[in-house]
Amino acid sequence: MYQWDFAPVLANSGVLATGLANTLKLTATALTFGIPLGLGLALLRLARLRLLSLPASFVVEFFRTTPPLVQLFWFFFALPILIRVEMTPYVAAAITFSIQSSAFFAEVFRAGIVSIDRGQSEAARALGMTGAQAMRRVILPQAVKRMIPAFMERSIELMKTTTLVATVSYADLLFQANELAQKTFRPLEVFTVTALIYFVVIYAASLVVHRVERRLAISGETTVH
Amino acid sequence: MNHRWNFDAVWAHPEALLAGAAGTLRIFAICLVLGLSLGLLVGLGRYSRRPWIYLPASTFVEFFRNTPVLVQILWFYFALPMLLPFEISPLTAAALGISLNSAAFSGEIFRGGIQSLERGQWEGAQALGMTQGQAMRRIILPQAIKRMLPALTNRAIEIFKMSTLASAVAYVELLQQGKLIASLNFNPIEAYTVIALLFFAFLYPLVQATYVLERRLRQGD
Amino acid sequence: MNDAPSPAPTAKTTQPLLRVTALRKQFGPAEILKGIDLSVASGDRIAILGASGSGKSTLLRCLNFMEKPSSGRVELGGSVVGTERTSRDGSVRTDYSERELTRVRQRVGMVFQQFNLFPHMTALGNVTEGLLTVKGLARDLAATQARAQLARVGLADKADEYPARLSGGQKQRVAIARALAMEPELLLFDEPTSALDPELVGEVLRVIRALAEEGRTMLLVTHEVGFAYHVASRVLFIADGVIHEQGTPDEVLKHPRQARTQAFLARHNEFNF
Repeated sequence: MYQWDFAPVLANSGVLATGLANTLKLTATALTFGIPLGLGLALLRLARLRLLSLPASFVVEFFRTTPPLVQLFWFFFALPILIRVEMTPYVAAAITFSIQSSAFFAEVFRAGIVSIDRGQSEAARALGMTGAQAMRRVILPQAVKRMIPAFMERSIELMKTTTLVATVSYADLLFQANELAQKTFRPLEVFTVTALIYFVVIYAASLVVHRVERRLAISGETTVH
Repeated sequence: MNHRWNFDAVWAHPEALLAGAAGTLRIFAICLVLGLSLGLLVGLGRYSRRPWIYLPASTFVEFFRNTPVLVQILWFYFALPMLLPFEISPLTAAALGISLNSAAFSGEIFRGGIQSLERGQWEGAQALGMTQGQAMRRIILPQAIKRMLPALTNRAIEIFKMSTLASAVAYVELLQQGKLIASLNFNPIEAYTVIALLFFAFLYPLVQATYVLERRLRQGD
Repeated sequence: MNDAPSPAPTAKTTQPLLRVTALRKQFGPAEILKGIDLSVASGDRIAILGASGSGKSTLLRCLNFMEKPSSGRVELGGSVVGTERTSRDGSVRTDYSERELTRVRQRVGMVFQQFNLFPHMTALGNVTEGLLTVKGLARDLAATQARAQLARVGLADKADEYPARLSGGQKQRVAIARALAMEPELLLFDEPTSALDPELVGEVLRVIRALAEEGRTMLLVTHEVGFAYHVASRVLFIADGVIHEQGTPDEVLKHPRQARTQAFLARHNEFNF
C-alpha cells in the first residue's frame, strides 16, 4: 500500500508558489501584448486591400493551425540564432504566447465586429463619419461587449497553454513541480497537488466567466464565440 | 538575417521523420477513438437524471477541462506509477492524458448538441410512446450529430495538435524527431521550421475542409 | 345555425373510457390544477376552453402523462394508471413507472401546438416512426398503414417531402396522421391551430372535424370557439385550475351561466358562430 506523504510538498510550497506567480506573470504578459496585436490582425484581415489582408490572414491561420509546442520550440531554439539575439526562456515564451494568443484573439475580434449589424456602420457613415471613426465610435464599442465571454475563455485557454514552457525550462508552476518531484522523490503528491492548484485557479476563473456570461445574457446581449 | 539555410541534414535521413509521423498518427488515432467514445458516454451521463451517474460524469468533465493537458500527461507518467506495481510507457501516459482531456471536452459537445434540440422533439417522441432510449436513438442523436459535427471536427484537430505534447515524455512523434534532428545536427532553425511546415501542410487543408463542412451544414438548416 | 353532429351512438362499454378524479398538479409552489373531475365516454368530443394560465394545457398533458399529476387518479379503460400507495396518515400517493406510461401513450395520442414533427424524416417517415419503433411493425406493413393515414388527411402526395418543405397546415396534418397511425383510443389536441397563419387554420380544422364525425374520442384545447360549438359534444370552461362550467355547446357557449364564462366568451366573440 502506497504511503502518501504530503509533508515534503508543504515544506517546499514556496517553490510552487514561485511557479504559480511566474505562470500568472507569463499569462498576463501574453495577454497584454496578444490582445492589441489580435485587434490589429483582425482589422488587417477585414481591410479591403489584399496586400494587407492576405499576410494577416496567413499569420492568423498559421498560428492557429500549427501546434503551440512546435511554435514554442521554434521561438525558443531557432529564433535566437536567426536574429542573433540571446533570449531568456521568459522572453522566448512571452513572444510565442503573445503571437499565438493574438491569432486566436484576432478571430474573436473579427467575429465580434462582423456580428454587428451592417445598419450600424451604414448609419455611422450616413452621418459623415469615416470608416475609422465608425469603427472606433460605433462598431468596436458594441462588438467588445459581445466578445467579453469569448475573451475570458481564450484567456483561460492561454493560462493552460503556458504550461508548455515547462519543457523549455522556464520556471512556471509545472516546471517547478517537476523539479520538486525529482528532488523529493514524491512525484505522486507533488503532481497531484500541482494539478489541484491549476484546477482551483482555472475553475474559479471559469466560474467568473459563467457569471459574466449570464449577466450579459440577462441584459439581453448576444455574445459571440 | 545572415543565416545560411541548409536543409540537407533534415532530409538526409527521412526515416527519422517518417517514424515521427507514424508515431503522431498512431497516438492521434488512439486518442481520437478513446476520447470521442468516452466523451459520448460522459455526455449522455451528464444528461442522466440519476445522481450516481451525472455526478461522476460532471466531476470528470470539470476536472479534466480545467487542468492543463500537459499536467495530466506528466501525472500519468510520473505520479501514477507510484500507485501501480508496473511502469507506464510514454505512449500510455500521453494517450491517457490526451484521451481523458478530449473526453471531457467532447462530452460537453455531446451534451450541448443534445440539449440544443428543442423540447418539442422529446415530447413528440414521448407522445408516441417511445422510451427515453428509443427517443434518444431515433430522434435526438441523429439530429444532434449534425449540429455537433463542426465542434467535433475541431476537437479532432485539437487532438492532433496535442500529440506534440507526448514529446515531453519522449514519445517518438514528429516533434520529438525534430528535437532529435536538431540536437544531432545543431540545426534547430531548419529542423523546427520543417516540423512546423509539415504540421501546417497537413492540418491547414483539414481546417479548410471543416469550414466548408460547417457552411454546408448551416445551409441545410 | 346549429349543425352540430348528432351525438355519438350509445357507448360500446358502460364504463367511461377515461375517468379523472380529483386531479391536482403543482409546479413548485404554484398549484395549477386544483382538483379536476372528468369523465370521458367513448365517442365524446370534448372542447376545453379557458384563458391562458387557466391550466387547460396542463390538464391535457396530465392525461398522457407528459406531466405527472401531483395527486388524484386517472383511469384509462377502467384500470387505474400507476400504483397507488396509501401512507399511514391516509394520504394516497401514486407511483408512475416509465414503462407503464409509455404503454399509456400508445393508447392516447397527442397533437401539439408546435407540431413537433421530426425534421430529419420525411412525412412518411414521421408517420411510420411510431409503428416501427414503438409497435415493432414490419416496414412494408407500417408504410402501407402510414400512407393510408396520410391519404386520410389529404397529404398522400407529400409522403416523401421533408417537414421543412411543408406549410404549417400541412405539417400539422402530418402530425395528426402520425398520431392516428398509432390507432389511439383517445386523441388529445393541444391548441392545434394556434401556431398557424389564419388561412391555414381551415385545412386542419376540416381534418379534425372529419375525425369528430367518425366518432373519434377526443379532447380539444382550442381558442376556436366557433369550431368548438360545431364539433364538440361537450364543452368545458376552465378557470383557476378547476372546471368552472361544463355542458353541451349550446349551454356553455350560447347560454353560459357563470359570469367568468360570459366574460371569457365576450372577449372571444369577434367572429360569428
